[in-house]
Amino acid sequence: MLEITDLVHSYGSHRVLDGVSIRAAEGELVCVVGPSGCGKSTLLRSVAGLIRPTGGRVLIDGQPVERIPDNLAVVFQDYSRSLYPWMTAANNVALPLRRRGLDRRRRRDAAMAALDQVGLADAAEKYPWEMSGGMQQRVSIARALAYRPSLLLMDEPFGSVDAQTREDLEDLVLRVCAHHGMTTLLITHDIDESVYVGDRVIVLTRSPARVAADLPVDLGESRDQIATRQLDAFVRLRAEVGRLVRGGSPTPTVLEKH
Amino acid sequence: MEHARVLRGVAGVAGFLAAAEIVGATGLIDDRFLPRMSTILRGAAELLADQEFLADARATLVAWGLGLLLTVAVAVPAGLALGALPPVERAVRPLIEFLRPIPSVAVIPLAILLFSDNLHLRVAVVVYAASWPIVINTIYALRDVDPLAKETLRSFGFGPVSVLLRVALPSAAPFIATGIRVAAGTAVILVISAELLAGGAEGVGIYIMEAAGGNRMDLMLGATLWAGLFGVLSNSALVAVERRLFRWHDVRAGAAR
Repeated sequence: MLEITDLVHSYGSHRVLDGVSIRAAEGELVCVVGPSGCGKSTLLRSVAGLIRPTGGRVLIDGQPVERIPDNLAVVFQDYSRSLYPWMTAANNVALPLRRRGLDRRRRRDAAMAALDQVGLADAAEKYPWEMSGGMQQRVSIARALAYRPSLLLMDEPFGSVDAQTREDLEDLVLRVCAHHGMTTLLITHDIDESVYVGDRVIVLTRSPARVAADLPVDLGESRDQIATRQLDAFVRLRAEVGRLVRGGSPTPTVLEKH
Repeated sequence: MEHARVLRGVAGVAGFLAAAEIVGATGLIDDRFLPRMSTILRGAAELLADQEFLADARATLVAWGLGLLLTVAVAVPAGLALGALPPVERAVRPLIEFLRPIPSVAVIPLAILLFSDNLHLRVAVVVYAASWPIVINTIYALRDVDPLAKETLRSFGFGPVSVLLRVALPSAAPFIATGIRVAAGTAVILVISAELLAGGAEGVGIYIMEAAGGNRMDLMLGATLWAGLFGVLSNSALVAVERRLFRWHDVRAGAAR
């Protein structure tokens, strides 16, 4: 569904991405984890068509990304800057639907349905600044959902909320992505999170970023904040990802499964 | 707190008036040059029943309102265009930097030559002078729009014009409104200045000149007082509108402080 091949990007003479290749199958939730400043966001912005990469290719459903594709949505880390403070939650969610050619009423209905999915049906008429950080990020997620993208991109979506809210949002994303069968690329620097949420974890190296490892996550479909994190498989995988993020080399036992 | 603030303001004004009255009463200032404060206030009150003054005030108000409306209609789109197109802005910038420091009152003689109609003259002068704060505020506000806010809409496939109108314009609106408020104040100054310099049939400026000619210092200063009061009132009215419309902006600015 998503094919990133040999993606290279430089800012001036500073190379950020050094031949990154990632594939995601239909409905897969792929986590990209890497050290801070390794070019994860540049990767996401290239996929979203927000920047034109220096080299390489991004295909979504076989179509090369040349301008901004209309079948993807992005959830940014900084919800307070990404939501529009002059609009209510419902209007924030409904706004992108103008691109879908829906009339006012149907935009409104779709927005309400999406807000309901993220548990914010009662907060539709609130303004973002009247909400907690977790609620605001739910609105951002609802906005992406309502757009019905075939590819969802998330850039450190839980990076600005507290631990409890973070867990709730992780479960929310797992639920809605599975429900809609959306292919999702989630960028994070949090090792735990990448293993907990992902169907696969891609580890990037320090800048300039290359793919250090592509690890399948064998934790089953349904996950639980307490039970899943206690599983041996989870603990082992987390340790492996941690080692790789710190620049270690892959452990053969984990790679065997791949 | 709001109450205490108003109370202090009132106390300040009352104190000033009382002090001015006392200075007048001691005979320190000859009241042929400057009438006593009570005389001026009485003159100002008299004006409210003066049909001639009321007609003049209405004429000034019309010129002010039309001028400001036209200013907004011209300056906001101009500011948006310049703010959205940096190359054009860079090209026009030297011209703006040259014209802006010229005291606007200095263009009134030119306007007198260009316009035969007195209303047109005043409106034109207002548009010239009051456009600057709006244009400048709009340019800077557009430059400061959060890039992530724009990028969000862009990521949903919206084009540059949509991003300008749906994100940049609303984000910049509180600053544009401040520019309009400054422009409203400038417009009062310019309308009355134009009336004083260009003469004409009606306007508060004309009334002031005539009162001065008739040696009615009380009426002259009374009329001036009303002009000042109008400036204060229009400013507060616009502040109230801004607070109401841009509550989201105040809340945000408050959180950032």
